Amino acid sequence: MTEMPDHSVALDAKIPEGPLADKWTHHKNNIRLVNPANKRLIDVIVVGTGLAGSSAAASLAEMGYNVKAFCFQDSPRRAHSIAAQGGINAAKNYQNDGDSVYRLFYDTIKGGDYRSREANVHRLAEVSTNIIDQCVAQGVPFARDYGGMLDNRSFGGVQVSRTFYAKGQTGQQLLLGAYSALSRQISKGKVTMYNRHELMDVVKVDGKARGIIARNLVTGEVERHGAHAVVLCSGGYGNVFFLSTNAMGSNVSAAWKAHRKGAYMANPSYTQIHPTCIPVSGEYQSKLTLMSESLRNDGRIWVPKHESDVEALRNGTLKPTDIAEDRRDYYLERRYPAFGNLVPRDVASRAAKERCDAGFGVNQAGEAVYLDYASAIDRYGRMEAKVQGIPAPSVEKIRELGEAAVRAKYGNLFQMYEQITADNPYKTPMRIYPAVHYTMGGLWVDYNLQTTVPGLYACGEANFSDHGANRLGASALMQGLADGYFVLPYTIGDYLADDIRTGEIPTDTPEFADAEKAVKDRVAQLLNNNGKTPVDDFHRRLGRIMWNQCGMSRNAEGLKQAIADIQALRKEFDRDVCVPGRADRYNPELDKAGRVSDLIELGELMCKDALERNESCGGHFREEYRTPDGEALRDDEGHAHVSAWAYTGVPSEAVHHKEELKFENVELKTRSYK
Amino acid sequence: MNFTLKIWRQEGPQDEGRMETYPVTGISDEMSFLEMMDVLNDQLIRDGKDPVAFDHDCREGICGMCSMFINGEAHGPNRKTTTCQLHMRSFKDGETIYIEPWRAAAFPVVKDLAVDRSAFDRIIQAGGYVSVNSSGNPLDGNAIPIPKHDADDAFNAATCIGCGACVATCKNASAMLFASAKVSQLALLPQGQPERMSRVQRMVDQMDKEGFGNCTNTGACEVECPKGISLDNIARMNRDYLKSQVTGE
Repeated sequence: MTEMPDHSVALDAKIPEGPLADKWTHHKNNIRLVNPANKRLIDVIVVGTGLAGSSAAASLAEMGYNVKAFCFQDSPRRAHSIAAQGGINAAKNYQNDGDSVYRLFYDTIKGGDYRSREANVHRLAEVSTNIIDQCVAQGVPFARDYGGMLDNRSFGGVQVSRTFYAKGQTGQQLLLGAYSALSRQISKGKVTMYNRHELMDVVKVDGKARGIIARNLVTGEVERHGAHAVVLCSGGYGNVFFLSTNAMGSNVSAAWKAHRKGAYMANPSYTQIHPTCIPVSGEYQSKLTLMSESLRNDGRIWVPKHESDVEALRNGTLKPTDIAEDRRDYYLERRYPAFGNLVPRDVASRAAKERCDAGFGVNQAGEAVYLDYASAIDRYGRMEAKVQGIPAPSVEKIRELGEAAVRAKYGNLFQMYEQITADNPYKTPMRIYPAVHYTMGGLWVDYNLQTTVPGLYACGEANFSDHGANRLGASALMQGLADGYFVLPYTIGDYLADDIRTGEIPTDTPEFADAEKAVKDRVAQLLNNNGKTPVDDFHRRLGRIMWNQCGMSRNAEGLKQAIADIQALRKEFDRDVCVPGRADRYNPELDKAGRVSDLIELGELMCKDALERNESCGGHFREEYRTPDGEALRDDEGHAHVSAWAYTGVPSEAVHHKEELKFENVELKTRSYK
Repeated sequence: MNFTLKIWRQEGPQDEGRMETYPVTGISDEMSFLEMMDVLNDQLIRDGKDPVAFDHDCREGICGMCSMFINGEAHGPNRKTTTCQLHMRSFKDGETIYIEPWRAAAFPVVKDLAVDRSAFDRIIQAGGYVSVNSSGNPLDGNAIPIPKHDADDAFNAATCIGCGACVATCKNASAMLFASAKVSQLALLPQGQPERMSRVQRMVDQMDKEGFGNCTNTGACEVECPKGISLDNIARMNRDYLKSQVTGE
C-alpha cells in the first residue's frame, strides 16, 4: 500500500529562521540531543558505504548509536565513491585568491543554475573546511607542495583554486579514510557490517521507517533488520542510461523501494553528463570511463575548423598533430572567453555535442573531440628548464621535461587512457566525449536530510539536496562527506530523541512478515519467469531510450515517446526476462534483474519529470527553451521550484508536488561564463 | 577474434571445483577482458546454462573487486593492469585462455571465480586507522606541514586497491604487501605516530590469525600488483614490527 502524505506538511523543508550565515549554527544549537546513555538504546541502519554511508555510519557509532551498515559489494571499501578522481572543494582560501564560504556558496548556487536551496548550500560551504581538517587528521595523504602545505587546483565553473586532491585518486583516498573510521567502529562492535547484502525493501511501522528487508547475496537468505531510523546512502542512478561512468553494480533500488513506500523523488530528470569521458568504441561496451575534469586545468579542447580535415582524420590520412593551429577551433575558448576550458560540465558537454552534431566529431562515429596537452607540455617544459637553469633547451628537452611535469600531476589518468585506447596521450591528443556521470536528482529531503517518510533519511548522491540542476566539479565528495560526518549525525538526533524509551524494534510483526513475503515472492517470480532474454538486453535497450530522448537534450515529443517505449519495455521485461540459477546461491544475474526492473520504472518517472519542466536549466536542456545563441533558457517565473513526485503505482502518473525555492541572498541571473 | 576459455567452475565454498571449456567467437580486440566474459555469459544464459560468476564493479581499475588469475598470472599478462583494464588486444586470436579464481586458504571461493576477501577487512579493522572521531574542530589541515616526499610516499602506499593479487601470486599466500601498504601510509604521516607500534603488532597478528602465509621476499607480489605497491613497504613494516617487539610498546 502506498500512503499519500499531506502535501503541505510533507514539503515543509524545515529551513531554520534567521540570517543565512547563522542558520546552521543556530539550528545545531537548538535541535534536541540524545544523551550518551540513551544513544546505546538506539539502533540505526545505514545502507551503502560510499563517502556518505561510511562517514555517517562511523560518526553515528562514535557518538554511541548502534549501527548496522549494509553494502552489496564484497567490502565497504569498494563503493563507487572510490572512483572519484579529481578532488574535493573547500573554502579554505589557502591560495589567497579571495575565496570564502560565501564565494563557495555563491558559485555552487550559480553552478546549479539557481535550482537548489540557499540554506542547504550555505551549510555545505560552511562545513567544507571541517572536512579537509577531518580527513588530514585521519591520515588522508592529500597532495602537498614543497613547503609541506596542502596543494590546490581549479575546477570548472569557478575562478579560484579551492580543490584539494590526491593525484587522480581523491575519491579513493577519501573513501579509504572513511572506511578506516568505519573499520575502527566495526572493531569495537559499534557497527555491525553486512557485506554482500542488498536492501530489498524499507519496512514501515505506524508510518515510520523501522527497518529493512535485506538479502544476503551469497546465501540468498532474506533477512529482517529492525532499527529506530534508516539512512539511505545508496548513491545515484546514472546506470539508468546503461552506459555511464558508474560502477556496474550502482543502482537505484534502495531509493526506489523507499519511493514506493512513500518517499518523494525529487528532480529525477536532473542528470549530469560529464564532458570528458573516453568515447564509446562498440556495441559490446559495458561502461564508460571518465577522464577527470582536472584535465581541463591544463588541457585544451578543440575540433578542426574545416570539414576536409575532419574527413581526413576519419579516414586516417591525417593525424591530429599535423593540423596547424589556425585550422583548429578551440570552441570553448572561442565561445566562453572568461572561463575558457573551465566552463561548468553542462556547458562543456552541450558545446561538444553542438560541434559533433554540426559534423566536426573526430572519430569514426563522429562523436569525439580532442583534449590536447601539447601546449601544457610545452609550457611546463619551458618553466622546468628555467628552474633547472638550462640556458637554451632543445625542443626535445622541453618536451621531456614537460611530459615529466604532466606525468607528476595526471600520470594515472594518462596511463588509464592508454590502457583503454592503446593511444599515447603524451604524443597525441586524447579523444573524449560526454557521458552520463552523476545524478543531481534523488530522494526529496528536508533541511535535516529526512525524506517524506518519518525516520527515513537520505545522504550523498541518493538525495537531491545541494546541487540544483547541475553539480560543479569536486562538489560531490564535499557533499557526501558533509552529510555523513557533519550534518546527519546532528540532525538525526532531533528525531531519535523521541525514541529513547521505545526499546528494540521487534521484527516478528506483520509489517516485517508482509514485506519479507513480498520480497520472496518477487525473487521467485523473476526466477520462474521462463523467459528467453537476458537482463542486460533490457538494460541496454532502456539505456538507448534514455540517452536518445532524455539525455543531453530533450523535447516534449521525444519524452512522450520515451514514456510509451519504456512502458512497452517494462511489459516485455515482465513477460520475457530470463533469470538463470537459484535463489539460495550466489546469483549475480538475479541481483541484476531486480535492479534493472527498478531502473525501468525510474526511467519512466525521469521522462515525466523532464516533460513537466518546461524550461532549460543546468543538466536539463529542453530544445524548445533556448536563447537565440543556443544557451539554456530558464523560466524563473514558472519553474523556480523543486519537483517532488509521489508514487501511485504507474511512474508516469506520479503525483507532482512543488517546493518553491526562495532566493533571499542571491539574485537570480542568467548564468553566463562568456 | 576467437578463443577457447578454460574456466574454473565451483558451485559453492564446500563444493568441488573443476575446469570447464567454453569457446567464444566474434570477440573484438577493443573489448575489455570482462566484456569478453559478458559475451560468454550472454551466450550461456541464452543456451539455458549457468553463467560464470565473477566479481567486478567499477571497471576502471580502482575498486579492486575484479580478481581473475589469467594464464597463471594475477590480473593477466600486463603489468600494472587490473583484469577490468586488460583488453583482448593483449591476446592472440585462437589462443586458449585459462581463468581461475584467487587461490589462498584465507580467500575461500564463493562461486566460480568470486572469492571471499573479508580477511582483508579484518586486517584493517585490527588497526589500519588513526583513532580520531568526527568532530567539527580538529587541527587546521595546514597546522602540521608534511614534507612532500613523505606525503608522496604515504600516498603511493595508500593507492593499494585491496584486490588480493599479491596474495594470489605469492607462493606462501602472504598478505604482507597489503598489510604493509596501510602500515606504511600511516607510519609516514605525523597523524599515524601515536599508534604506530600497537598498529603494526595488531595488524600482523590479525594477518597470521587469518591464515595468510609468511613473506620469503620473492618479490612476486610487487611485480603482479596492479598499482605497483613497493616492496619497500614490507621492509618498513618489518622494521616497525621488530622495534615494537624489542621496545614492548
